[in-house]
Amino acid sequence: MIAILDYGVGNLFSLTCSFRAIGKEAVVTKDPARIRAAERLILPGVGAFADAAKKLRDSGLDVLLKEEVAKGKPLLGICLGMQLLFEKSYEYGEHEGLGLIKGSILPFAEHIGEEYKIPQIGWNRLHLTQSIPLWKYVNEGDFVYFVHSYFAPSSDAYTAAEAEYGIPFSAAVAKGNVYGCQFHPEKSGNVGLSILRGFCETEGRVC
Amino acid sequence: MITKRIIPCLDVRDGRVVKGVNFEGLADVSSPVSLAKYYSECGADELVFYDITASAEGRALFTDVLREVASEIFIPLTVGGGINTLDDFDRVLKCGADKVSVNSGAIRNPALIGEAAKRYGDQCVVLSADVKRVDGVFRVFAKGGRENTGMEAIEWIRRCVDMGAGEVVVNSIDTDGVKGGFDLEMLSRVCDAVSVPVIASGGAGCIADFVTLFREVPGVDAGLAASIFHFGEVKISDLKRTLDENGVPVRI
Repeated sequence: MIAILDYGVGNLFSLTCSFRAIGKEAVVTKDPARIRAAERLILPGVGAFADAAKKLRDSGLDVLLKEEVAKGKPLLGICLGMQLLFEKSYEYGEHEGLGLIKGSILPFAEHIGEEYKIPQIGWNRLHLTQSIPLWKYVNEGDFVYFVHSYFAPSSDAYTAAEAEYGIPFSAAVAKGNVYGCQFHPEKSGNVGLSILRGFCETEGRVC
Repeated sequence: MITKRIIPCLDVRDGRVVKGVNFEGLADVSSPVSLAKYYSECGADELVFYDITASAEGRALFTDVLREVASEIFIPLTVGGGINTLDDFDRVLKCGADKVSVNSGAIRNPALIGEAAKRYGDQCVVLSADVKRVDGVFRVFAKGGRENTGMEAIEWIRRCVDMGAGEVVVNSIDTDGVKGGFDLEMLSRVCDAVSVPVIASGGAGCIADFVTLFREVPGVDAGLAASIFHFGEVKISDLKRTLDENGVPVRI
């Protein structure tokens, strides 16, 4: 079973349906027992970083999430959920994230030309930079759907795929059993579904 | 590089697609689910569902259908029609819509845009504006293009973006239904005025109109059309191939 963490952020209808479409059972939950029993975890998120980080901490799920990840359970952060994996974000100030991946989230506005609209909304190409289970059914140059104004810079330390929007940025990240997609796999058609299928085939050390 | 989007728009009344459509191999052409699947497989980058129902019963049917579409089609879905309150936003977002487009609802109550953007994020709020030239000035029209609000269009669009609209659909009443091409002049003016994505609507008659649109107004992010896709005059797969051949970046 896959647990989609429910900490009061975002609309989880499509995400739940997309797992059903690939034949996997996913439940939206904040129940610690179910999260501990799950084989894999999803950290969703839309909206503002500071607000989401606070809700995650207030729910107490941040501590539980770190415990489960430390046991080797595979985790996938999606969109803002990916950004929350990092140490901090510079979205309207400076805010602390989960720190599962070293690095910071930066505003596009300070790093790309004025000819680029913010947010980036639309389909962009993946350039795969790490061989990870998420890419098992994905081809170099496949398109996925993005909606975001802040980004994780590209880095050899964690970038699993790059995309280009004025500058190359991390379209996806991976560090051990921790994965993150800046794009929305649940809105990226068949490519997105195949990425979720790949995640379901990751081998975590499930306790 | 981000691609230009092609977006078919489906009008739905009482849970069924209106405007007769005729596709080979599609048994139930008035089923939003079948049609959405068909478009998604042809390469549509996003779908717009426009609820033209007047009754509460029809509205309930619409949300049922939306839920069914959203549970089977995994591309972005925008919903418009009858959006007047935050409850309306809530109702369609819970059924799987990703973005909500407001038109007359924002004209009646401009604060709706700011309130919705604050609650759901700018990316979720799409301003749809019906615009027509009146004595050489672009004016905003309400009630499906029947009523001149007297507001200057570029100013209105800019104001809505300032309040939190994350995307703008510009529908030119002058070119709508004429099939003589998009309203390039109006679209350039809007693109110069705002920094959020702009979606062109009204006037597409053939593939060449889309090529002209993206070449002449590079600031436009997406092209939206209804009847030319529904009647099979333009196939999305052919359209995207031609755009690609003409150097317009598209998802193929």
